Amino acid sequence: MQSARSVSVVLAGSGGAGVMTAGNMLLEAAAHAGYYALMTRSSGPQIRGGEAAAMLRIACEPIECMEDEFQVLAAVDWENVQRFNAEIPLGDSSLIVGDPDQGNPPDVFLKSGAARASLPLKKIAKSVPEGRANMVLLGALAALLGLPDDAVARAVERTLGKRPAALAPSLAAVAAGRAAAAGIAVRFPLSPPPATRAPRWLLTGNEAAGYGAIKGGVRFVAAYPITPATELLEWMAPALAQVGGTLVQAEDELASVNMAIGGSYGGVPSLTATSGPGLSLMVEALGLAVAAEIPIVVVDVMRVGPSTGIPTKSEQGDLNIAVHGLHGDAPHLVLAPNSVADCLGTTQWAVQLAEALQTPAIVLSDQFLGQARSVVDRPEDFPGGCSRVTAGAGTPGYKRYAVTESGVSPMAIPGSAGLAYTADGLEHAERGTPSSQASDHFAQLDKRRRKLTAHDYGARWADVEGEPAADCAIVTFGSCTGPVREGLALAAPDGVKARLISLRLLAPLPALQLLAALEGVQRVLVIEQNQSAQLYKYLRAECDLPGRATSLHRPGALQFSPGEIRRHLLEWSRA
Amino acid sequence: MNEVACNAAPAPAMRGPNDYKSDVKPVWCPGCGDFGVVNALAKAMAKMALEPKDVAVVSGIGCSSRIPAYMASYGFHGVHGRALAAGTGLKVARPDLTVIVTGGDGDGYSIGGNHFLHACRRNVDMTYIVMDNRVYGMTKGQPSPTTEPDWDSKLSPDGTGLREFQPLVIALTSGANFIARGFTGDPNGLAEIIEQAVRHPGFSFVEVLSPCVTFRPEQKEWKKIVKADALKPTADMTRAARRLLRDTGFELGVLYAGERPPYAPRGPRALRTPSELEARFAL
Ligand SMILES: Cc1ncc(C[n+]2csc(CCOP(=O)(O)OP(=O)(O)O)c2C)c(N)n1
Ligand code: SF4
Repeated sequence: MQSARSVSVVLAGSGGAGVMTAGNMLLEAAAHAGYYALMTRSSGPQIRGGEAAAMLRIACEPIECMEDEFQVLAAVDWENVQRFNAEIPLGDSSLIVGDPDQGNPPDVFLKSGAARASLPLKKIAKSVPEGRANMVLLGALAALLGLPDDAVARAVERTLGKRPAALAPSLAAVAAGRAAAAGIAVRFPLSPPPATRAPRWLLTGNEAAGYGAIKGGVRFVAAYPITPATELLEWMAPALAQVGGTLVQAEDELASVNMAIGGSYGGVPSLTATSGPGLSLMVEALGLAVAAEIPIVVVDVMRVGPSTGIPTKSEQGDLNIAVHGLHGDAPHLVLAPNSVADCLGTTQWAVQLAEALQTPAIVLSDQFLGQARSVVDRPEDFPGGCSRVTAGAGTPGYKRYAVTESGVSPMAIPGSAGLAYTADGLEHAERGTPSSQASDHFAQLDKRRRKLTAHDYGARWADVEGEPAADCAIVTFGSCTGPVREGLALAAPDGVKARLISLRLLAPLPALQLLAALEGVQRVLVIEQNQSAQLYKYLRAECDLPGRATSLHRPGALQFSPGEIRRHLLEWSRA
Repeated sequence: MNEVACNAAPAPAMRGPNDYKSDVKPVWCPGCGDFGVVNALAKAMAKMALEPKDVAVVSGIGCSSRIPAYMASYGFHGVHGRALAAGTGLKVARPDLTVIVTGGDGDGYSIGGNHFLHACRRNVDMTYIVMDNRVYGMTKGQPSPTTEPDWDSKLSPDGTGLREFQPLVIALTSGANFIARGFTGDPNGLAEIIEQAVRHPGFSFVEVLSPCVTFRPEQKEWKKIVKADALKPTADMTRAARRLLRDTGFELGVLYAGERPPYAPRGPRALRTPSELEARFAL
């Protein structure tokens, strides 16, 4: 049987079946075996204990999205699993593995023409003292993919480290599953993993963002829980304490953002994280941070909107509110990580930029990036760099909002003698005293814009890849980058060549850099995951895109797949 | 931060109340009660010999919320209703500072009402001074949560018909650790209350009767109605609650001085460097 460089597997089952545990172990086992891997999860509408699906992709190369088809759908039982139909595309070369004692797989899956294999998971589990069906399934899947015993054992040991009593029965159940899989003729062996192995990490985008924030210097966080940002805050709570920082749970997002602003006014780099509904509540305070020039970072882990929308699914619909949501002329920073690992570097960069430019920074992550667990190469160390410019105690004639050439004015930190001032959201004169003079308004508006536009953002404004000489270019951002990159590679054999620009800095839009990267291009395709082409319209408003600029956009709930992108690129290249 | 030798400032013991006021001229109407709060606050600060550089006065929006700029300490004039949130963040991030949050009844009890409840129960070590004039002064005369139900105004002709918000009752039941009422017409008494409030650990709440002479000129009569020293401090919540049953809203003094330990975020078992956190991601 031919081996594959990428295999995708789903583990599904009803609440309590333990498919998430098994999925996580399979992900870790793949990592120990030397593969890259990515896992997303889906669950029913029940608050707790509903049906669940762990969707994994395991590959020889770094991966940032799921594939178009799953090779294996394996279920402990089929209760309500058809609910995940749209998320689990199968093909006629796929395999459905089920327990014959749990009934037939739902028709929606059988329709695909996939082959079927039966494994009496519960019976096998019963034959092992304390054995569980999910561990039997884990063993069977490891066998189908050709993952070595020791990698699986290590994953099981790491997970159950704190419950040694569960370890032996689990390993026995895994072995029983592996043995039972011998009867399945169809296999999906993975090609050997890359020979050289740089250090790898296993983490979610939310964890990466939390760690990036700490690396960037954040030591105060105010938190109000909201899916899918909660884990970021929960990860930070103990981690922040370990580095001497503090997290406060606020009563709502109006409080959390204002607390963060208060902490930062006190000189401590501060952050909060939220999702669309919370960001909506925060915009007034973000305007305050702009006007009073107080650095803060808000990580918006975007979910499907508007309103409560679909809290557990991804969409890039918050670009408009992030860029344009503030009233008045309120220049600020908007950044977007474009992979799970990049959540680290981009959040760290956001903290540094916010601090250096004394302004709020919104980091547009999303549910996919935030909650996908991923095996990645250890992210490159992103060197420190910019930090807050503070005023030395006793600076004579200190003016908090002095109009400087760079637009950045040294900030006095409470506790510094001789510099007391009032941070104010009222328009002010250079000293900080309220002013309704047009001249002060002009001068302060201008300085607040200048400090952002004059800053040298270096090469990190975007990831520019693809064919540098191509006369077509794709511009995208965030979690679309993974499927676009892969879709472009899939379209290459059909002659599609394009530059790929994944914007990391969305506001202020680095129009000059973007236009330079698009130099000589005849056609531009802007790809994003929302209904109204928010990025496309924003780019067209801010700069004169060369050649013919078109848009590929559709709303979320489902991520773009590489094949979907490929199909669009083929059409685009022929149009 | 490059430290430069600091300006010759008066030594703490030598500072008088005026050294705690800034040179910014208040925008308030002549006779506004809020002038009395600036005076009382400055007096209390002088009495405690606080270093202006170590004090931050935080506020929201309203006439009363203009106060930070009038003090010589650090100031923060944020958005309407969120002063307690900003003050909480500041105090938790910088426990070394003395944080005094200020504002009006609209700012604190209406738009910021939720933060008031949670500031009381969170019990962060800071002081909250509300200048209650039972009206929205800044927006020119609309009823606030403490306005009498039959007070006639353009926005609520013939009155709101709504029962008044009871700040002291709410503070007590929500867990504020120190609760008092002062009057701007009695700056010495008010200064004393503010001093006690600042010194008392945990969340201290001072409701200040501060007349709006422009939109509620009848409040000029308050000086005839208030009863100085009518409230006596107790650490017994039941006694304080019983006292409030007889409250007319014009008794001055300290109602409650509790013993609940202030908010203290739990520290870590061991400090680590940021890079040590990476171990949890490594395979
Ligand atoms: C979000 C928001 N809504 C409304 C306003 C308008 N506004 C400014 S001050 C104020 C009420 C102030 O009343 P109060 O807090 O009692 O203070 P006072 O002016 O009486 O001292 C209002 C409604 C605002 N600034 N921001
Ligand atoms: S309107 Fe009322 S509260 Fe405002 S400054 Fe004038 S008197 Fe004071």
